[in-house]
Amino acid sequence: MTKQEWPLYEVFIRSRSGLSHRHAGSVHAADDEMALSNARDTYTRRSEGVSIWVVRSDRIIASDPAETSAFFEPAEDKIYRHPTFYDIPDEVENL
Amino acid sequence: MSSKAVSAAYATRLGDNALVLGQRLIELVAASPELEEELANANFSLDYIGQARMFYTYAGECEGAGRTEDDFAFLRPEHEYHNLLLVEQPNGHFGDSTVRAVLFESWYVLLLEALTRCADEGLAAIAERAVKEVRYHLRHSSQWLIRLGDGTEESHVRAQASLDNLWRFTGEMFVADELDGVMLNEFEGPDLAAIETQWRKNVAAIVAEARLELPGDQWMASGGKQGKHTEHFGFLLAEMQYLQRAYPGAEW
Repeated sequence: MTKQEWPLYEVFIRSRSGLSHRHAGSVHAADDEMALSNARDTYTRRSEGVSIWVVRSDRIIASDPAETSAFFEPAEDKIYRHPTFYDIPDEVENL
Repeated sequence: MSSKAVSAAYATRLGDNALVLGQRLIELVAASPELEEELANANFSLDYIGQARMFYTYAGECEGAGRTEDDFAFLRPEHEYHNLLLVEQPNGHFGDSTVRAVLFESWYVLLLEALTRCADEGLAAIAERAVKEVRYHLRHSSQWLIRLGDGTEESHVRAQASLDNLWRFTGEMFVADELDGVMLNEFEGPDLAAIETQWRKNVAAIVAEARLELPGDQWMASGGKQGKHTEHFGFLLAEMQYLQRAYPGAEW
């Protein structure tokens, strides 16, 4: 019998309130509920999170690596778009 | 029985349930069908063993005879274990262990919830921590039962057979013995009759969603709370206690 792989889900975890969800990794799961359980059991065993998002990997619309130059390079030489000329107060931790 | 002795006996009994099921789940480590399920199962096992440690440590304190958690776990013979027969049943196939988990955890969650409100503060504090873990376990196990029952024809047939086979170990959970009576009447502890009503309702809902049939009334096995176990239990203890029996006092 050939084994059929379950669909892949991407896992996003928010480590604490106020921060945004970050990509933590991926899990296999047969359905959405199982994906959430598996993400919890795989990625939050050491109290890494307060919130989990999962999404089917094949539902993510990703940019094409072949188009990297067209997508991203035009922004590289526009230094005036970066807030590098401001001083950020030490108290601001997450910007 | 002094109130300390009641606490010690009751905590030991709850520790026995947790330890024996934890040991059963350890047997499944490295045998899960999927990597993610493997991690979940190992987590659950550790949760149960953690609960057993808390219950035994508290039992030792109440008893006041200097027994540690290890003494309770590794140096008692079969008949001094007062766990439910359900938790010592072999893992069988995935459907068997799933059904065992659903039936036990549906009861255990209600028992722990009641214990958080009891007059024994030590037990209430442990129950408060444990109930959060077990709520998650139950969520996990009941989702699996629904998947199996409402899955393929084979998974349905096998889940139904597991349910029919393990059902006879559920009656014992609601038969109050003397200790249960003392806990209820003198410590405002769990009322097993009320828990039975709620358990039947909750289990019936999960079973219905899984498109399985609830087994009918039948002969029920009992004896776990009196230390009379099924034939599987001696083997479980032999494996779990081997090291301490062979090398008394051995440490890491």
